[in-house]
Amino acid sequence: MSGTHTHPNYVKIWFWLVILLVISTVGPMLEIPIITLITAFGIAVVKAFMVASNFMHLKFEKHIIWFMMIMSLILLGVFFFGVAPDIMQTKGDQWIDCISDNSCVEQRL
Amino acid sequence: MSQSATAIQTDTHAEHHEELSFLYKYILPVDHKMIAMQYMFTGLIMAVIGGFFSYVFRMQLAFPGESVPLYGIVGPGEYNMMVTNHGTIMIFWVAMPVLIAAFGNYLIPLMCGCDDMVFPRLNRLSYQIFLVSALVLIFSFFVKGGGFGGAWTAYPPLSTVPEYNLTDWGASLWILAVALEFVSFLLGGINFVTTAMNARAPGMKMMDIPIVVWFLVIAVILFMASVGPLIAGAVMLFMDQRIGTTFFLPSGGGDPLLWEHLFWFFGHPEVYVVLLPTMGIVAEIITVFSRKKLFGYRTILYTAFATGGLSFVVWAHHQFVAGIDPRMANVFVVTTLLISIPIAEMLFSYIATLYGGSIEFKTPMLWALSFLFAFLIGGVTGIYLGASALDVYFHDSYFVLAHFHYTFFPITIIGMFAAITYWFPKMFGRMMNETLSKIHFWGTFIPFNCIFLPLFFLGLAGQHRRIYNFSHYPDLATENLQDVRVFATTSLVIMLLFQGIFLYNFFYSMFKGEKAPDNPWKANTLEWTVPSPPQHGNFKKLPTVYRGAYEYSVPGRESDYWPQNMPPDKN
Amino acid sequence: MSNRGPVATHRSSTGIPTGRLATWWVVASEIFIFGGLIACFVLFKLNGTPGFEDASKTSVAAGAFNTFVLLTSSLTIVLAHAAIESGERKKAFNYIWCTIGGGIVFLIVKTYEYSGKIISGDTITENLFWSFYYTMTGLHALHVIGGMVIMALISFDILKGYNFQRVELIGIYWHFVDLVWIFLFPLFYIANF
Repeated sequence: MSGTHTHPNYVKIWFWLVILLVISTVGPMLEIPIITLITAFGIAVVKAFMVASNFMHLKFEKHIIWFMMIMSLILLGVFFFGVAPDIMQTKGDQWIDCISDNSCVEQRL
Repeated sequence: MSQSATAIQTDTHAEHHEELSFLYKYILPVDHKMIAMQYMFTGLIMAVIGGFFSYVFRMQLAFPGESVPLYGIVGPGEYNMMVTNHGTIMIFWVAMPVLIAAFGNYLIPLMCGCDDMVFPRLNRLSYQIFLVSALVLIFSFFVKGGGFGGAWTAYPPLSTVPEYNLTDWGASLWILAVALEFVSFLLGGINFVTTAMNARAPGMKMMDIPIVVWFLVIAVILFMASVGPLIAGAVMLFMDQRIGTTFFLPSGGGDPLLWEHLFWFFGHPEVYVVLLPTMGIVAEIITVFSRKKLFGYRTILYTAFATGGLSFVVWAHHQFVAGIDPRMANVFVVTTLLISIPIAEMLFSYIATLYGGSIEFKTPMLWALSFLFAFLIGGVTGIYLGASALDVYFHDSYFVLAHFHYTFFPITIIGMFAAITYWFPKMFGRMMNETLSKIHFWGTFIPFNCIFLPLFFLGLAGQHRRIYNFSHYPDLATENLQDVRVFATTSLVIMLLFQGIFLYNFFYSMFKGEKAPDNPWKANTLEWTVPSPPQHGNFKKLPTVYRGAYEYSVPGRESDYWPQNMPPDKN
Repeated sequence: MSNRGPVATHRSSTGIPTGRLATWWVVASEIFIFGGLIACFVLFKLNGTPGFEDASKTSVAAGAFNTFVLLTSSLTIVLAHAAIESGERKKAFNYIWCTIGGGIVFLIVKTYEYSGKIISGDTITENLFWSFYYTMTGLHALHVIGGMVIMALISFDILKGYNFQRVELIGIYWHFVDLVWIFLFPLFYIANF
């Protein structure tokens, strides 16, 4: 069992998480897309990392667990970037070149 | 947890295993061996159903429009339903439960030297979910409109819109059954991986684990990592069918190509999920029957890791003609051809193991060698299909179908027979009849080649898959081609008839066969050190492991095998 | 720690207790399920699929409040774990029920949101954004409900004095559910550009 490690101060972590939550909620009110992107998703990543390492004790866990988690995320990345060219590009994915006038895209629809 | 704690528990462990009532022994067991039997028999029953379907639709192709003995006239809808469900059953309800669940359950605890899986009740639950999924699938054949007929890949919009597939509820029950099956194998898989990672006998280091256990674990990890997006996709497809969302329907902004990606992101690793256990089974059999150390244990292991890693980046080779981005198609051609390297290396290691060994042609060995032969043909034809330029012509032709069956038949059927004939003495405590087994082997292997070799040529001639009646197509209805179809169908019927010998041998030997000794094949792995069949709790005294699993014909030793648990000072 | 079950359950070749190792595998497989859905959502969103501007219709206040509730419940379940490690069963029991309470508040807010959206015509079949919204938050809510049921069962076990290690395991699961929400919140509520 665990118990061999000293616990982080959970309440302090929680406090920082709430602060981050407030920032990510207030961020979009500036209505600058790039700031929204950073405050919304950048902070989500930071929060996720804090929860995982402190609350889920990933900090004290063996390396193999880290390895499992990181491989999962890498595989998801592979999935995303393998699929993205097809789903996100409705133009230019035909066998003939038609980026210039869009004609074959309309023909396809 | 320290070794001493394990030792203390070892002493107290015999008293846990009292006699169980019939209900808890056979219907609701927690013993991994009994659960393995449940998986195996369920899988065999499903194999009979899947085999019957193949008989019916092959008869329809050979003799279109005529009444099929034991079935009757095959309508176009029934034909579609049988083709679809033949594929689904053989992969999800035969290959997976028999190869992974049955032999994984049976072998992992025994080969790792522990008394059960780490979560016995979870194990029971995963079988029960699996049983429910099988029943849901069988139930779907009898609802209004019949079972799902939109091909086992279930591409939308065909699988989504009832007006297209004409099997409204069949399609939904099909997706439900598949999703339940995935849940069952996720639970089972977590159990397998944790058992092999955590519950190994003291002294069993990473490189002492038998190859088959390694491969089962890698296969299960591949499954768990690839199936997630498809579970998400199955939920989305189900909602498209029943609630009216449009995730995969272009009419509402969705994209049918997304389903293909979700499906094949799972579907291709799935090939390796079922391949690796058979590869492991073959490795065990080949070393035992050539009395020789496995050639390149580490090489085989690392090639399996490479195969697993690469298997995640090849999926779009199923979609070359689906309108995917040609630039991505290039990438996927390269990765697809790359993956043949580790697999070929593995096969070469097996052949090198045979070289210079004293080979005994017992039935399991025949199956293992025939696997190498047949899978080689399957693998080599795969290289044609992996090249996108050739695939444009071959796609959805019988060439693909023959290639696919030259990989999956060896994996599923040959691998299953190899494993059953090899571990039968351990499972049931009796030997199978060797003569009948050999007759069954030749009666299966020769007709198998006669069925599928001709289909390569039919595919090259342009015969398309999933066509109900070729007499409607003048180019394909010529007499030569029809003769080939009749030949393939006749071979299939002969092969199915020979399975009767197997069933007779299986059940006769189970009750009346010659009593099996503990270690009939003189093998090293731990399951052969216990009585046949092993009692509840497997080992009287839990073993300690001193060496790897493949120490055969070690120079300077009297006997040519050296069990893993034999202390080094003894001979 | 209980001594029931086979010897296999109590072995630990990796040095990680069996239950915890298995829980991490559960988390890994859940990452793929939710990750697959999130990837599909992001693909459609970046593609500019019509309907995704409806993200502005979701209530940021409700979403932020729910995030706060889940964060707090994450804190209470980890405190329950700390309490059970020092042997305070009653305290751990109370913390677990605080967490379940958090789950209930979360679901009430969710129900309120759902009913409001359905009344104003934004049903699951309205467009792809709402399809994803209901599918993903619904799947997440199912995970919340599942976690609450398991927690309730565990809380009575520990009062009776066994299966203490399960508090940590359900904690890992609950934190994962929290993590998923941390990503769903900006996707559905904030990013409406």
